[in-house]
Amino acid sequence: MNTPRFADQDALVVQDVVKRFNVASQPWWRQWFGHTTNGQEPANGEPKPLKARRGKELITAVDHVSFTVRRREIFGVLGPNGSGKSTLIRLLSTLLLPDEGTVHVFGLDVAKHEMQVKRLINRVSVEAAFFKKLSPKENLLYGARLYGVSGAEADRKAREILKRLGLRESSYTSPMEDMSRGMQQKVAIARAFLTQPILLLLDEPTTGLDPRSKLEVQSFVNELRDVHDATILITTHDMNEADALCDRIAILDDGKIVAMDTPEGLKQLINRNGHAPTLEDVFMELTGKELIEKDDLEDFEPEKVLT
Amino acid sequence: MIQGLRLEMRQSYAFVARNFNLVKRYWGWEVVWLAYSIANSLSVTFIGAGAGEITGETQINTNFLITYLLIGTLVWRFLASIFNNISEMIAWERWEGTIEYTFMAPVHRFNQMIGQTIFAILYSLIFTVIIGVVVAAFFDLDFGNADFTSATIILLVGSLSFVGIGVVASILPLLYPERGAQMTNIVQAFFLLVSGIYYPISVLPEWLQVLARISPATYVLEGMRSALLPGTVEASPMSFVPPLLLMGVVMLPLGIYLFQRAERYTKRTGKLKRNG
Repeated sequence: MNTPRFADQDALVVQDVVKRFNVASQPWWRQWFGHTTNGQEPANGEPKPLKARRGKELITAVDHVSFTVRRREIFGVLGPNGSGKSTLIRLLSTLLLPDEGTVHVFGLDVAKHEMQVKRLINRVSVEAAFFKKLSPKENLLYGARLYGVSGAEADRKAREILKRLGLRESSYTSPMEDMSRGMQQKVAIARAFLTQPILLLLDEPTTGLDPRSKLEVQSFVNELRDVHDATILITTHDMNEADALCDRIAILDDGKIVAMDTPEGLKQLINRNGHAPTLEDVFMELTGKELIEKDDLEDFEPEKVLT
Repeated sequence: MIQGLRLEMRQSYAFVARNFNLVKRYWGWEVVWLAYSIANSLSVTFIGAGAGEITGETQINTNFLITYLLIGTLVWRFLASIFNNISEMIAWERWEGTIEYTFMAPVHRFNQMIGQTIFAILYSLIFTVIIGVVVAAFFDLDFGNADFTSATIILLVGSLSFVGIGVVASILPLLYPERGAQMTNIVQAFFLLVSGIYYPISVLPEWLQVLARISPATYVLEGMRSALLPGTVEASPMSFVPPLLLMGVVMLPLGIYLFQRAERYTKRTGKLKRNG
């Protein structure tokens, strides 16, 4: 394994990261008490072949992924459902440990310096994860205190951010379960912004928002970078959003990066006779076509073609 | 240093405030649970009141028996409430879907446990005092010779080891997202059986008596009865403090250490994500 090299301007360095699920291993009690192997370490110099847990399929969710995000960059990750985007975000946010490879946030290894990394990052996930009986105020104050922000300061900033995102004042103290999904997502965005992360991980943050709210969030993301010097990694299914927001984009398919460039650079990868290609054309070309090929192979029955 | 301490206190307070907010928002459930607990404690205590009629003996000191059972039921309510509040912290977060957010925050598990413990002790004290006052109002009990200071010390020291056991039990919902929460009930049932809540442990089979000696609840109950019902137990109330302190000193750090190991395991296997 090569030691990653950092430049001052690197906010995030992901090097050769692999994450697999359902790998057969020794039970946790054997791993804890005396037996340190997880069933994957080399034996007699030869790596053991990986086996799936009984009744499960071995899944390689992230497959040798490498990229670097520069400071103050807005970096997009696009990919179809199940391509590994959310697993990648979980690896970056210390919620998963990589099986292979390394992730460094501002020079800190996420596995070795977990607590320091946690102080630098925050994440908005596609599911607005809240205590649903609690109000936005109660949820936000709880979240802010975990990051060391005082209740009074969090309350003041939360009101400002939510007003900016168009949330009604009366909703601030009502239970989250009474709010629409879009409104809940705005509160989730406010929760992440409250802690002023210098690396913000946005996992489909505008899913479920109306067009106006999407624009408000996008403008806020830009402001976070321009005014607060934040670096942002965003996953989205909205190609227009990716095109408008991102400085560079990586396209992920089956856990692998299949292309990475600026939006304009990606558009030049494909040839559309007669019209300028959109990011959606690029996405379909690089991911959809491959899926069709796989499906074709699986479903192909030559005898039917012949008859 | 002071700033670091303030940050850690704020993090622990976050859990206390959040849990009291949840109690406030789920007030209907709290009322139901309180009513059930009062009825349950009364039912147990009425066994003492009816002992004479049940056995046909007229010489039974029913007031003694009522007090004996009342101490058992209240101490068990208190310890079980602490155990539940600590052991269910992961199950709650899984149920609400917030576990990833809490685990992503820069909070040492020790600070989280401090917050959970403060809440659990405060909540359980309030809950137990209400039950105790209501149940005691049904009977004419005499606590003239009771040593309440020793009883309070024993209860608080004993609750530390139950916090440790709760932390260990909370690993189960972490490791087994689908059935971990139910598994904690088995742990609780074990302590209910062996700790002499409603009977002296000497009536248990010998092999269960051995297990009773490793349960902190046994020492809490014997200590409480020694303090509140002088003459029931030979030893002085404060003689139960050292073993309880020792159990607390062992169980708390052990619980946090095992929890951290379990957390790392779930991060390697991806078990944190599933909501059960």
